[in-house]
Amino acid sequence: MKIPDIACSEECLLRAGNTNCGGCGMSLGLNFLARALAEADETCQLAIPACCGIVAAGAFPTTAYSVPTVATTFAAAAAVASGMAAIRDLNGETHQVICWAGDGGTYDIGLATLSAAAERNEDIVYVCYDNEIYGNTGGQRSSATPPGARTTTTPAGKREAKKDIVGILAAHGVPYAATVSIAHPDDAARKFRTAFETTGTSFLLLHSPCPTGWKSEPGDSVHLVRLAVRSGLFPLYEVFDGVRYRINDAPDWTDPGEYFARQRRFATDAVDLDATRASCRRRFARLETLAEAFPA
Amino acid sequence: MPLRIVTGNHAAGHALSLAGEANRTARGTACGIYPITPQTEIVERVAAFPFSRGRVVAVESEHSAMAVTMGASVSGARAFTASSSNGIAYMVENIMVAGFYRLPIVMVAVNRTLGPPWNIWADQGDTLMLRDFPWIQLYAADNQEVHDLTLLAFRLAEDPRILLPVLVCMDAFIVSHTQAETELASPDEVDAFLPDLDLPHRLDPAHPRALGSMVWPDATVSHRMEIDEAMARVPNVMAECRARFREVFGRDPGGPLDALHTDAADAVLVASATVATTARGVVERRRAAGERVGLVKMRRYRPFPEAELVQACGGAGRIGVLDRDYAAGAGGVWWQDVRAGFQGRDETPLIQDYLLGIGGGDVTPALVNQVLDDLLNRRAAGPPVWADASGAFGPPAEVGA
Ligand SMILES: Cc1ncc(C[n+]2csc(CCOP(=O)(O)OP(=O)(O)O)c2C)c(N)n1
Ligand code: SF4
Ligand SMILES: [Mg+2]
Repeated sequence: MKIPDIACSEECLLRAGNTNCGGCGMSLGLNFLARALAEADETCQLAIPACCGIVAAGAFPTTAYSVPTVATTFAAAAAVASGMAAIRDLNGETHQVICWAGDGGTYDIGLATLSAAAERNEDIVYVCYDNEIYGNTGGQRSSATPPGARTTTTPAGKREAKKDIVGILAAHGVPYAATVSIAHPDDAARKFRTAFETTGTSFLLLHSPCPTGWKSEPGDSVHLVRLAVRSGLFPLYEVFDGVRYRINDAPDWTDPGEYFARQRRFATDAVDLDATRASCRRRFARLETLAEAFPA
Repeated sequence: MPLRIVTGNHAAGHALSLAGEANRTARGTACGIYPITPQTEIVERVAAFPFSRGRVVAVESEHSAMAVTMGASVSGARAFTASSSNGIAYMVENIMVAGFYRLPIVMVAVNRTLGPPWNIWADQGDTLMLRDFPWIQLYAADNQEVHDLTLLAFRLAEDPRILLPVLVCMDAFIVSHTQAETELASPDEVDAFLPDLDLPHRLDPAHPRALGSMVWPDATVSHRMEIDEAMARVPNVMAECRARFREVFGRDPGGPLDALHTDAADAVLVASATVATTARGVVERRRAAGERVGLVKMRRYRPFPEAELVQACGGAGRIGVLDRDYAAGAGGVWWQDVRAGFQGRDETPLIQDYLLGIGGGDVTPALVNQVLDDLLNRRAAGPPVWADASGAFGPPAEVGA
């Protein structure tokens, strides 16, 4: 079969015809990435494991992605990207090699692969768009699913806490790790740029609303992740070399109740709001202490 | 090049390293590596090689070893790795993908028993289980064949008419760890033998494509049919590679199989790797004593050289297949392909399977003699015979053969 040539557009990384649901945070995340690439005058190649992000490309022979893209096996994105980066460097090329992976491919099945790439400090940018669920397979739990969320494999609501994946990456001493919210476009753009400029492994955790899995209104997506930042559920911060911290936007301690109420994945009585408020305060206090003691 | 006394692993590591180095004038080389007995010496040699444009990435698992190798390959580099046994089993998902992506990766496999129960000795089950993947499979019988087939594998894999990965297999310890006289290639020879790699579907910013996104059934059929067509081209292209190898190295790397004394033979043994070497000794001695017995030594398993095998057996009425492998509930793997190869021919010989050397058990001349006696005396083919010393024949008689 003949593969048609597709003109490369920096402006639009994920083009029309992609298969993402309406209101998908990952679509916005890719647009932010595209804008950051264009502003920084950078090009990229993508390694995407099994997840909604690769399905988004659509069906052969067309692709919604405007850059060279490799679909990797579920656990392998960071390793495939390592090989791509090795040959880029051996040939004096300068494009960014970017992993675009879901939380399943990052927190769960791909964690050992990512850990090893981080330990080798591969010069890649690893973006985890965290929708806190296995979206592509119809909504099962991952270790990023928050407590209280109902998924098809936690029908009564998940009991376990979410892994601190940024903490895990920071513990590897990667040069750059940061959280990203699509409700904060300027902050996001700056973080993508920092990741491009970083030599070695950069890790970005993008909170990615998933109306299908979160059982939320597509139009609420940006509002929801904004609430997550304000309430302290998803603080925006950066960690440099695993030791220096910077908080980008302190929570205003908006009550998290609305965040939960607007997502039908949370049963009304499944989330202990008092405990949630307390744990947000605790985790943020810890971050503040670190940022004061070890400023970036 | 002078003869050196080296292990099979050394020969493989040498060939892989020089092949990678030879692509320095193109996009270089990279590989992911991970240790497992008895293959480890190969990747250690590769890791120690001073590549002028290459990177060896010591990863955390075989799954990632193949993933890094694929990332390099898809970027247009020469890429290879090595593994064995449970390492291959752990790598399987990405082994499959390398084939489906038509990446000309070469993997040297040291055939070791799959476990548990843990056993590090020779058994071909670890690579034969990959038989349905888009990989060419070659089996070496000695150190020289390991070396030569590894180099040949790159030229074959990277030929634009093929673009399929190649597995080069050797027996654990019997070859991997046994030192033998081996003619090792010089860098100049390898440079002359291997052209710069130009992967037509490498990642290219000017022509962005999504490699491996979704397909509908019709495109899947096209994809599989293209693999089938490439597999069908292997015999001719491999013959060309073999001829070119002879020109450059002045040595024959071997073809898909060797026939020994099969003319007017009553009975022919079909064997591969070191079992074939032992069988050769037995067949030569019994021929010399006037018995009409022959041997086909198999070097290529995928694509299976069906027509060549039927022709090589030369009308023998009895064929005994020696399998150092066991497919649960189905007997020997080679046997299944041999039987399929004769299916539908005018005169179908008696084809009997012998499972021997499983789990690295010794395949002695005495044992092969027993197999040959059984083959010559039986009235009809039966179920696979467990032919090890503890099996059907009992302990082998002390034969001076
Ligand atoms: C080895 C393997 N196991 C299971 C699957 C099935 N699978 C595909 S995507 C997926 C979940 C992906 O979840 P995540 O990484 O969070 O991405 P999302 O779908 O949410 O975008 C699973 C389980 C697979 N493709 N490969
Ligand atoms: S299921 Fe969720 S993550 Fe997947 S495309 Fe739909 S909204 Fe996006
Ligand atoms: Mg997910």
